[in-house]
Amino acid sequence: MATYLEFIQQNEERDGVRFSWNVWPSSRLEATRMVVPLACLLTPLKERLDLPPVQYEPVLCSRQTCKAVLNPLCQVDYRAKLWACNFCFQRNQFPPAYAGISEVNQPAELMPQFSTIEYIVQRGSPTPLIFLYVVDTCLEEEDLQALKESLQMSLSLLPPEALVGLITFGRMVQVHELSCEGISKSYVFRGTKDLTAKQIQDMLGLTRPVVPVQQGRPLQPQEQPPISSRFLQPVHKIDMNLTDLLGELQRDPWPVTQGKRPLRSTGVALSIAVGLLEGTFPNTGARIMLFTGGPPTQGPGMVVGDELKTPIRSWHDIEKDNARFMKKATKHYEILANRTAANGHCIDIYACALDQTGLLEMKCCANLTGGHMVMGDSFNTSLFKQTFQRVFSKDFNGEFRMAFGATLEVKTSRELKISGAIGPCVSLNAKGPCVSENELGIGGTCQWKICSLDPSSTLAIYFEVVNQHNAPIPQGGRGAAQFVTQYQHSSTQRRIRVTTIARNWADAQSQLQHIEAAFDQEAAAVLMARLGVYRAESEEGPDVLRWLDRQLIRLCQKFGQYNKDDPNSFRLSDSFSLYPQFMFHLRRSPFLQVFNNSPDESSYYRHHFARQDLTQSLIMIQPILYSYSFSGPPEPVLLDSSSILADRILLMDTFFQIVIYLGETIAQWQKAGYQDMPEYENFKHLLQAPLDDAQEILQTRFPMPRYINTEHGGSQARFLLSKVNPSQTHNNLYAWGQESGSPILTDDVSLQVFMDHLKKLAVSSAS
Amino acid sequence: MSVNQQAHTGLPYGQPQPGYQGYQQSGYGGQQMPGVHHSQYGAYNGPLPGYQQPAPPQGTLRAPPTSGAPLPTSGAPVPAGQPVYSQFGQGDVQNGIATSAVQMQRPSASQPFIPGTAPTPVSQPATFQQYGPPPTSAQQLTNHMAGMQIGSSTSAPPPAGLGYGPPTSVPPASGSFTATGSGLYTSYSSSQGPPPVTMTHGLPPTSLSQGLSLAQPAFSGPPLSAQRLPQAPGFVPPPCSTGIGPSSYPPTTGAPRPSTMQGSQLPGQALTGLPTSQPNHVSSPPPHPSMSGPAMTGLQGPPPPTHPSQSGYQMQQNGSFGQVRGPQPNYGGAYPGTPNYGSQPAPPPPPKRLDPDSIPSPIQVIEDDRNNRGSEPFITGVRGQVPPLVTTNFLVKDQGNASPRYIRCTSYNIPCTSDMAKQSQVPLAAVIKPLATLPTDEAPPYLVDHGEPGPIRCNRCKAYMCPFMQFIEGGRRFQCCFCSCVTEVPPHYFQHLDHTGKRVDFYDRPELSLGSYEFLATVSYCKNNKFPNPPAFIFMIDVSYNAVKSGLVRLICEELKSLLDYLPREGNMEESAIRVGFVTYNKVLHFYNVKSSLAQPQMMVVSDVADMFVPLLDGFLVNVNESRTVIVSLLDQIPEMFADTRETETVFAPVIQAGMEALKAAECAGKLFIFHTSLPIAEAPGKLKNRDDRKLINTDKEKTLFQPQTSFYSNLAKDCVAQGCCVDLFLFPNQYLDVATLGVVPYQTGGTIYKYAYFQLETDQERFLNDLRKDVQKEVGFDAVMRVRTSTGIRATDFFGAFYMSNTTDVELAGLDCDKTITVEFRHDDKLSEDSGALLQCALLYTNCAGQRRLRIHNLSLNCCTQLADLYRNCETDTLINFLAKFAYRGVLNNPVKTVRDTLINQCAQILACYRKNCASPSSAGQLILPECMKLLPVYLNCVLKSDVLQPGAEVTTDDRAYIRQLVSSMDVAETNVFFYPRLLPLTKVDVDSDTLPAAIRNSEERLSKGDMYLLENGLNIFVWVGVNVQQGLIQNLFGVSSFNHISSTLSTLPVLENPFSKRVRSIIDMFQAQRSRYMKLIIVKQEDKLEMLFKHFLVEDKSMSGGASYVDFLCHMHKEIRQLLS
Repeated sequence: MATYLEFIQQNEERDGVRFSWNVWPSSRLEATRMVVPLACLLTPLKERLDLPPVQYEPVLCSRQTCKAVLNPLCQVDYRAKLWACNFCFQRNQFPPAYAGISEVNQPAELMPQFSTIEYIVQRGSPTPLIFLYVVDTCLEEEDLQALKESLQMSLSLLPPEALVGLITFGRMVQVHELSCEGISKSYVFRGTKDLTAKQIQDMLGLTRPVVPVQQGRPLQPQEQPPISSRFLQPVHKIDMNLTDLLGELQRDPWPVTQGKRPLRSTGVALSIAVGLLEGTFPNTGARIMLFTGGPPTQGPGMVVGDELKTPIRSWHDIEKDNARFMKKATKHYEILANRTAANGHCIDIYACALDQTGLLEMKCCANLTGGHMVMGDSFNTSLFKQTFQRVFSKDFNGEFRMAFGATLEVKTSRELKISGAIGPCVSLNAKGPCVSENELGIGGTCQWKICSLDPSSTLAIYFEVVNQHNAPIPQGGRGAAQFVTQYQHSSTQRRIRVTTIARNWADAQSQLQHIEAAFDQEAAAVLMARLGVYRAESEEGPDVLRWLDRQLIRLCQKFGQYNKDDPNSFRLSDSFSLYPQFMFHLRRSPFLQVFNNSPDESSYYRHHFARQDLTQSLIMIQPILYSYSFSGPPEPVLLDSSSILADRILLMDTFFQIVIYLGETIAQWQKAGYQDMPEYENFKHLLQAPLDDAQEILQTRFPMPRYINTEHGGSQARFLLSKVNPSQTHNNLYAWGQESGSPILTDDVSLQVFMDHLKKLAVSSAS
Repeated sequence: MSVNQQAHTGLPYGQPQPGYQGYQQSGYGGQQMPGVHHSQYGAYNGPLPGYQQPAPPQGTLRAPPTSGAPLPTSGAPVPAGQPVYSQFGQGDVQNGIATSAVQMQRPSASQPFIPGTAPTPVSQPATFQQYGPPPTSAQQLTNHMAGMQIGSSTSAPPPAGLGYGPPTSVPPASGSFTATGSGLYTSYSSSQGPPPVTMTHGLPPTSLSQGLSLAQPAFSGPPLSAQRLPQAPGFVPPPCSTGIGPSSYPPTTGAPRPSTMQGSQLPGQALTGLPTSQPNHVSSPPPHPSMSGPAMTGLQGPPPPTHPSQSGYQMQQNGSFGQVRGPQPNYGGAYPGTPNYGSQPAPPPPPKRLDPDSIPSPIQVIEDDRNNRGSEPFITGVRGQVPPLVTTNFLVKDQGNASPRYIRCTSYNIPCTSDMAKQSQVPLAAVIKPLATLPTDEAPPYLVDHGEPGPIRCNRCKAYMCPFMQFIEGGRRFQCCFCSCVTEVPPHYFQHLDHTGKRVDFYDRPELSLGSYEFLATVSYCKNNKFPNPPAFIFMIDVSYNAVKSGLVRLICEELKSLLDYLPREGNMEESAIRVGFVTYNKVLHFYNVKSSLAQPQMMVVSDVADMFVPLLDGFLVNVNESRTVIVSLLDQIPEMFADTRETETVFAPVIQAGMEALKAAECAGKLFIFHTSLPIAEAPGKLKNRDDRKLINTDKEKTLFQPQTSFYSNLAKDCVAQGCCVDLFLFPNQYLDVATLGVVPYQTGGTIYKYAYFQLETDQERFLNDLRKDVQKEVGFDAVMRVRTSTGIRATDFFGAFYMSNTTDVELAGLDCDKTITVEFRHDDKLSEDSGALLQCALLYTNCAGQRRLRIHNLSLNCCTQLADLYRNCETDTLINFLAKFAYRGVLNNPVKTVRDTLINQCAQILACYRKNCASPSSAGQLILPECMKLLPVYLNCVLKSDVLQPGAEVTTDDRAYIRQLVSSMDVAETNVFFYPRLLPLTKVDVDSDTLPAAIRNSEERLSKGDMYLLENGLNIFVWVGVNVQQGLIQNLFGVSSFNHISSTLSTLPVLENPFSKRVRSIIDMFQAQRSRYMKLIIVKQEDKLEMLFKHFLVEDKSMSGGASYVDFLCHMHKEIRQLLS
């Protein structure tokens, strides 16, 4: 099986694609019996150090309904200078530029190692990137100060040609004009009134006034600078200006009486930001960066009233249908998000507050547009500061790790159809022959828009095998899929990345073991999880759990080896062995469990889960636990209460949190100050090791995780205790007082119990 | 004065009679007319202080007689009348006096008499003399009349003659009889030319006087000026008795006249009663056309009678006037004469036209009043005193009634019953200017602090403590003078009473001894029970293309830089508490943050004009001194920022909303200064369309031109008022911008509109800047509520002016400045009593410029009468015109202009007819008899009828009319006076070495001389008219150019030249400018130049281009109307 693991790994590295099944069941019926759908995780912009983009444009299949890109799977007739599309079998003439083509002189896209290739489109004038800051001023003084500093800092990180704009909001919304000398000028909007894009553009003077052309003197176009220039200026021009402007930014001056929340017009501010860009730079890469320090409290999109005595909605309220603003607000932000997506812009949300800020309602803004969502306690924390800084991180080429306005098109060979996608995208509603009627995720289309991408953005794409059982695919046949991602590179180039993959078909009845062996349980777990989380957005939590359980049981029934009604006989092959465990942790994860999480937190977690790549997603599902002790080098240990030992330091990475936990003894030693004694330098090193490792994770992850340093008995230890498998609880008494770990005070079932039940149900003939 | 006299006649007589008789007798005896006069005058002067009042009373006295007339049947009445009169008079007088200062009042009433008495002799003599001159009383009168008429007729067309001619002099004479005639004459004389008056004064004064005066002038030859001397001469000549007359007259007149005026009045008193009425009578003799002639003659006739009459005259006077009665007895003999007169007038019908000089002259009346009453302070202690005319400079001493600068009434004697009021048709109204600026030598209202519990008020009607409250039970309680409710005196306010029932601290407490004072309001008088914040001024500048291009924006910004140092402040404060804010706008609004901590101002643009709001709180309204550098920086940059603007559209309503919202957010009241240039056609609430349509003029739809296009602004105004947001609007239109609509908010918030059509920097800059400075600096109260309380029996029922009313009693004013006037009409809802009179208390609750909440109280006590004559004797025509104009100007909103004009004419005709019927001594129907107090009513009314609003000329724009309509609505009496009857001064007669002004001349082209220059001012414009034949030297001196042809008619100021004439003229202009609330536009008009048309428009005694009648014609018309009513 190592071969399959290698295969999977290779494919992932080359194409950024991981399929749940790497050998495909050859008929629709069999495919549905596989339980886990045929699907893949696609990381369209996966960083490829070894993939220099080619400086020409792709060759497309001439069939209008196909337009697949020439790829290594195509059959080429070098003499006739023809190639046959591997998707629609259309025979195409090579364009004139390919006249010199031959077996030995192949263009890159025909070489197998270039199953993923990137083209640079030369057409069109490059448009600058646009960064529009939307800043909440209803902040505490020190928060605002920190935010201002971060923003000022960010100016130095932006590409000099990039356009920046500034909108501030509180009770009112101010759109700052950046071009003026002397008096600083801003357009102010009421925070309570929803405006149409047209109105906003009129009010900002973005609609070009109809200047009567004076006879005999046609207006010189260069006389008038672009109208938008007043609000969006190249960084290098107004760097100082904007720095000063930010420096002078004051807290929202409107008085907030005791017992009230400040009036915060987030909804209108966003609406104006969207309208501004919509009118001036449609279909140009642009980031709307919303910095907010609290929930919207007025106007469209308000999430909570300004009375402090009415707390912001909780899951409890939502279940009781008691969240009076939620539906309306969600609607508002959804409309905005869709408009933004339609324009190819994205919205980042940086929400820093101790209480909720309405991420639940606003999540779609980031989710649909591929924007970032960052949640922190305060702008004055390194969590925010470094996360924000990392938004502008650059890759090895010195390019920003961000891409804009991407469209992803998926083409499939005719045995496959596309059910849908789950990820930071919106449907482009492109119907086509390869679009399935059975939708999973965002379906009904073969094209999606991903307004903002970074190298780790990952979509889950679900397929449906449509080949009928009675029309077998010829032996050795391969199914293929092509992913065409067109996007605006951060260097403002338009690029197209094309990934073409193919997998073998296999008859599930005769070659089940092949299929089984080619199962990618990690990908499958993440793909199922995405489905589950996607469902959880619209369905009741328990329903989703039941669905997940049923899928798991069915999978076990299908692929487990057991004797009927004999749980003890139940075995799973290696390629499936971890899957139930993933499901166990997934069930407990904050993506599906809302208990103890605020609606905002749930939204935040789900947001990230729906866009990270497989590795990160797996960490989210099942956090990683490392153990540091004198007994050996650091080693991963079971995410189990039994791993919590007194003489260990544990490092847990849940993606969102990094927890360093000192075992009881270690903590005592540390208190005693042994680490400061030269003779216990090894102890010092032991203490230091997890810190260094944590640092490493912190350095690379986006968003920066919450960093927690705790010890046995510490209040923050709950982060660890809530994650580990509660194999020892107050219920199984035998564990009490033993050295084998720490009991967890919970009524949750442990993995063992879970597995026992699973086996029982899987082997049960009743189900 | 004379007018007053007339009014008085009836009542006074009663009392006076004795005196009068005595007087007359004495006078007669003394007859030494001249001498007496002098002496009298002297006496008057002496007495003046005390008597001044009397003087007027004289008038009243006179009136009474006339009223006595009621007894009308001249013949019969006389005897009976006398007693009656006397009684009445006494009663009245007493009443008048009785109430507050009985004595005082009496004096007033009686005083006249007394003075009269003293003077009487003189006057009488004078009269006699006068009479004397005309000896053949009847004939003379008639002659006079004829002459008068003729004179007039000569100038005026015959038609005039009909009504007018006769009316003037004749009526009195004729109407009255010879006696009347004589009386009339006298009165006329008195009325017209003070001097002549004197002559006539005595008796005839009233109706005759006018008529006479008219006649007289004729006689005298030159009308006006002549008056004094002329009168005598005039009289003299006319009368056959000329010989006599002249002799006697001249002397008397000559010397006395001036004095006579007074004297006349005084004498008038005695006589006056009659005279007044007589003058009023100025009736044309019965037969109009011809009659008029006769009438005139009649009048004239009367004068002549003098001689024969002397006694007779007196008699006559008595007869016709009321006084007569007194005299009558004496005159008994005279009467006979009278009849003669009566007859006489009739006979001498030949009249032709009315001599303009023979009809009542505003100039003369003003001049007389100035001479008679200008020298002594007006002491307000007496109930129902008629104050001097607004054109007279006088000092006011507050002794318990509000100064006439604060309140003026149409009548100071109110009919006791509504029947009487209805019968007379005289509107009962008060013109109130609660925050009027006082001359520096008059003390501003004292501030009274009653401490925590607030001002002491009546428990029931909530009237504030005032001098008329009656303390009872040893001072433990007080009885309300308005509703009679008895209220406990709070312990902290208790004070013992002295033996007269006055509180011991009477003189220590302004609220017990003064007519006007202020209370410090407590927190319960404040909105939301919170003391107000200091008010704010927000400057809102149109920066659309027009405004920028004309240089206006730069001008305003430059000016504001210095002007901000002169914000109004409360007396002792070092700096003004007023905060300022700035907004510019075109299609969108720009707010500015000028917080002191900023290095640069910040501009905040609000484009959401559909739903206006204020984008900032902190830093918008700032203290000038703290934010000075930022403000200056802002004002420097505004013109630059918009220098290249191409935006031509503007919004308007959102601008006001913004200002109001800003004030609301700052929780303060304040004022918006909006500088606006064009019709707001940009898409926004309150958007307007051009609906100017001259075709509507003279149709039933004309009223729509005065109505706002949309109700939006009314609602906005309501909101503004609720917030105490006053809007001052400066308009710089180049075309129609719908003042009628834009003006709604300024109007209803107590703001002011300034309009500079076709604004040009060079010519209009100074006017605009001066207006702006004055407007910014003037004292103003905010968030005000005014309530007028009255004695039981009358009630304030209608209000005119710039304000908003949400209920029927409270006048709400977002802002009220020192120039704003509110006119209040009263109606009866019960009977009044002569004893207690009628009280008014105007209470104004407002926030002053320091943010202090205050109550300003004005109290005024009026007399009540049961005799119409008393009413007519105590009227004030200027105030009446003020009221009528406002009433009419409001009327055009809902009625066709024609209807409004007819209503006005009809009402005035009724007023005069009622007088004629009930007060004037009987005379031939052809006689026009005017009450002395109202003898200018026709001329002024004609001015109102001819005004741009009611009869627009072709060059008057719809905006102008709407503008003027609103302007007039909040004018005070002085402003309406000069607005409707402009002041016209001959510049060549200016004495460069003295401070006195040359005598004004009447507004008629025929009085202009080609060789002269004139200055005309009406409160909005100043014209300098230059005749073609003016001496080169003068032109050189004034304009610095060598000849008439070189004078530029585009000058907006006179060149500064170093010669006495130029200096003097400029100082006169400066003085006029200082007197008016607006800076007047100076227009140089060269005779026979294009602009002369404009100038002629203001010669209001002439026929106007737009069809307005000439004075003479109108007088005839009025007479006809009156006759119709009488028949």
